Amino acid sequence: MREISFMKAINEAADEEMKRDPGVFILGEDVGKAWGGAYGDFVGLFDKYGAERVRETPISETAILGSAIGAAATGMRPIAYLYFVDFLGVCGDELINQLQMRYMFGGKTKLPLTITAYSGAGVSSAHQHSKSLIGLWMAIPGLKVVTPSTPYDAKGLLKSAIREDNPVLFLEHKVLLRLTGEVPDEEYTIPLGKADIKREGSDVTVVATAFMVNRALAAADKLQQKGISIEVVDPRTLVPLDKQTIIDSVKKTGRLVIMSEEPITGSAAGEISAIVAEEAFDSLDAPIKRVCAPDTPIPYSSVLEKFWMPDEEDLIKAVTEIA
Amino acid sequence: MPIAKEKLIDMYRTMVRIRTFEKVALKGFEAGDIGVIHLYIGEEASATGACANLRDDDYITSTHRGHGHLIAKGGKTNRMMAELYGKKTGYNKGKGGSMHIADVDIGILGANGIVGAGIPIAAGAALSAKMRGTDQVVVCFFGDGAANTSRFHEGINLASIWKLPVVYIVENNQYAESTPISYAANIANLADRAAAYGIPGVTVDGNDVLAVYEAVGKAVARARKGEGPTLVESKTYRHRGHFEGDQQTYKTKNEVDGWVKKDPIPRFRKKLIGMGVLTEKKADEIDQAMLKELDDAVKFTQESPFPDPEETLEDVYA
Repeated sequence: MREISFMKAINEAADEEMKRDPGVFILGEDVGKAWGGAYGDFVGLFDKYGAERVRETPISETAILGSAIGAAATGMRPIAYLYFVDFLGVCGDELINQLQMRYMFGGKTKLPLTITAYSGAGVSSAHQHSKSLIGLWMAIPGLKVVTPSTPYDAKGLLKSAIREDNPVLFLEHKVLLRLTGEVPDEEYTIPLGKADIKREGSDVTVVATAFMVNRALAAADKLQQKGISIEVVDPRTLVPLDKQTIIDSVKKTGRLVIMSEEPITGSAAGEISAIVAEEAFDSLDAPIKRVCAPDTPIPYSSVLEKFWMPDEEDLIKAVTEIA
Repeated sequence: MPIAKEKLIDMYRTMVRIRTFEKVALKGFEAGDIGVIHLYIGEEASATGACANLRDDDYITSTHRGHGHLIAKGGKTNRMMAELYGKKTGYNKGKGGSMHIADVDIGILGANGIVGAGIPIAAGAALSAKMRGTDQVVVCFFGDGAANTSRFHEGINLASIWKLPVVYIVENNQYAESTPISYAANIANLADRAAAYGIPGVTVDGNDVLAVYEAVGKAVARARKGEGPTLVESKTYRHRGHFEGDQQTYKTKNEVDGWVKKDPIPRFRKKLIGMGVLTEKKADEIDQAMLKELDDAVKFTQESPFPDPEETLEDVYA
């Protein structure tokens, strides 16, 4: 099978959906002819679809997300490119007060709207350009949250996100953008809410999000050498969350570690811990472990950033403690 | 072009309908049956004159002080009242209340509890109208307070660079909550800010329904022709507080008396009678008909069921 980059997968998904549905359009900063998105996600689409459907905006995050909401409520299907997910802070009102339009209106409208944004640390971008904050987005009612870890998942999930009649936040981890992987030529989609077992194992379940999936897979080989078999579960979407796949895995292994790149308090790891503790407590043979970042802003220096980010060693330590 | 007699009478009826709705809602609030409300009394000419230019398929975005806008755009008073009472028959099935009433079927993209939030949403609806190849227009109502939020700049700038079919109406009712606009802005006319976006800006007497009708009419025609947005400042005054319960210690008696003399409803009534469009009797009949309509709205509300508690869990996702 051919191999393409994560970013190329994003590009193909957007291209195919724009071709399929004339209501789909992109708006955001630097999405136009010059750059095609800051990391080049949409390269070539401006030439193909023109300035009407690949709409470069001023640096106006509030207007980007606010106008995307207005367009989505009136028959269009926008992809709002928010650049770094940190910038959602600039349009916090749209995120926490306006995206819930359907509910507030008593179910009278749909908001088919995808927000794409770069997330994650690991490239020395410091606090304002490195966050993931997955748990924070999970806590916003009405918003679906997608965190692909491979080019294959990125393409299939983005296509589904664009076809969703609800707001979806689609996170592209910066470290993954140039990662390559197998992606078929044929069209496919991946439903939101379906976890993927990235590696089967028998001793400990490791639920990992986004780039942490890749780190968990790397740790799995090292743990195997120590005689510990981990099962790596990638939820792929945190909202909706495929609880059943996680619980089924815990029932098999009896042990759970959750790895997510965000401050530990209020993280996705905390929520998954609570779900498993409530719904599969009897299956647990050891305490649940969370491998997250400390409750600090994200530092710049590569030495500090490395300390901040959860890594293979952190995971191996946590797994070894309960295995 | 002279305005048809029926249209003038419709405008009077709409203004009275709004005022009557607000007075009835106030009773419900005072009885403890309705949650937080922000009344539009004194500003009726603004919404009425603006919306008299719109078609059913045009859009509006509204504000926390939205009852007048919604009624002027064709919102039904019985379903609005039912929403205020949290009933299942309300526009939002009891999920929104006063600050979120919406009916997308007649282009009402919602009241909004966040000051200024409608400004970029209106730009998006206008972008959608343009991209879908329609000649629909969006009217975005907001207050003088919203004119000082960041989205006033971001939204109007975006609408101006893309020449979107939207009319921005800043209803300058003199106060953002308790803060006078004379304190919060360093210019006399907020419409002057239009110059910063290279679009027309016009200030009108917001208590003169025909002045609003004419100014917004020009702006709507410009938008429909694809020539872009306009900023219309409608200078008016809210007779009530920011919210019901506001003691309004920031207003002086002289100021209030002066504005009450300029109350848009008796003023328009007098004008229509002077023009021979209405008689005292005919105007009284309209007033009575609106009282009757609101009595019926209250009855409809009282007879309507509350939603089932489990409905809390519905409508999060499509």
